[in-house]
Amino acid sequence: MSDAQPIETRSTQPGGNQTPRILEVRTKILKKNDEIARAMRAEFAAAGVVVVNLVSSPGTGKTAFLKETLTRLVEGRIPVAAVVGDLETNNDARRLAASGAPVRQIMTHGLCHLEADMVQAHLEGWDLAALRYLFIENVGNLVCPTSWDLGESLRVALLSVTEGEDKPLKYPGLFNTADVAVITKIDLAEACDFNRDLLRANIEAVRPGIPVFETSVKTGTGIDEWMTHLFSRRGGQIR
Amino acid sequence: MHELSIAASLVELASQHAAEHGGARVAAITLRIGSLSSVHADALRFSFDIVREGTPLEEAELRIVAVPVTVWCATCQTERELPVVQRFACPVCDAPTADIRTGRELDLESIELSEAALP
Repeated sequence: MSDAQPIETRSTQPGGNQTPRILEVRTKILKKNDEIARAMRAEFAAAGVVVVNLVSSPGTGKTAFLKETLTRLVEGRIPVAAVVGDLETNNDARRLAASGAPVRQIMTHGLCHLEADMVQAHLEGWDLAALRYLFIENVGNLVCPTSWDLGESLRVALLSVTEGEDKPLKYPGLFNTADVAVITKIDLAEACDFNRDLLRANIEAVRPGIPVFETSVKTGTGIDEWMTHLFSRRGGQIR
Repeated sequence: MHELSIAASLVELASQHAAEHGGARVAAITLRIGSLSSVHADALRFSFDIVREGTPLEEAELRIVAVPVTVWCATCQTERELPVVQRFACPVCDAPTADIRTGRELDLESIELSEAALP
């Protein structure tokens, strides 16, 4: 941003002829979304459901990771549901439904992120109080979903070992708003000369103290640790 | 291009405020955009030009104030501005900090109403 200008502080002069009137509104531009998200967060807290928003680039393996998570929860008889956002197709919802959990697809038809009202509309008819976990798989994108609060209690940023160790530095906006970072496809680490220490240092640099999980749904690495972290989260927690 | 969605929200919000205050037209709006907000000023300007057509903001000047990232350093007991957003640590004592005070703003700060009536 190169064209910064000072904020005008001229006072209102109602009697003035052509004097401009300044309204000091100081409002969030995404106020409408934030209000819906706030109402949803209160509803989730009252229902005692932990809501997890998964954000990553396309191809990181969000769906595979979520499918494994849902499968384990369903096997453990823990009530869970998921909504998944994509530009087009319901392929991911079909993949995820194989876990046995109820899944709904949100098709954004070109929109690069999910907004609170879209999620809200897709929850209709579900008894939230009967759920312990609700997952929202965002549209694959590392920039745009950052700005939209979906009422989640946990925002998870995922990245795979194939994406480059400097990704957290390139996309600090997302990693900085995340509560948990998940590294996926750790089974491919050797094949891509993955530098584990460098990635962990970069995550720590943009988000000091964030819990990091190194996972592979193919080998099962790190999934137990992730599930343990998930179980430590209780519904009603406000992020 | 999430800036298009943000511009649409912005025009809707500013139009509402203008209408509530009896202003026919908006002469200018001032935004505060944090450098961690993931919003690009040029993309926002481009989007704003598209969505404001036929609204009270049709001729409004868009002023964007860039807000730097500042963090609280618990060691120095003071707020510090970060020189880069790739390392969340105190620029003076180097202690890591996740306590962000500014830089995530995506705010409509003020609206300047024009007294000129609609044609």
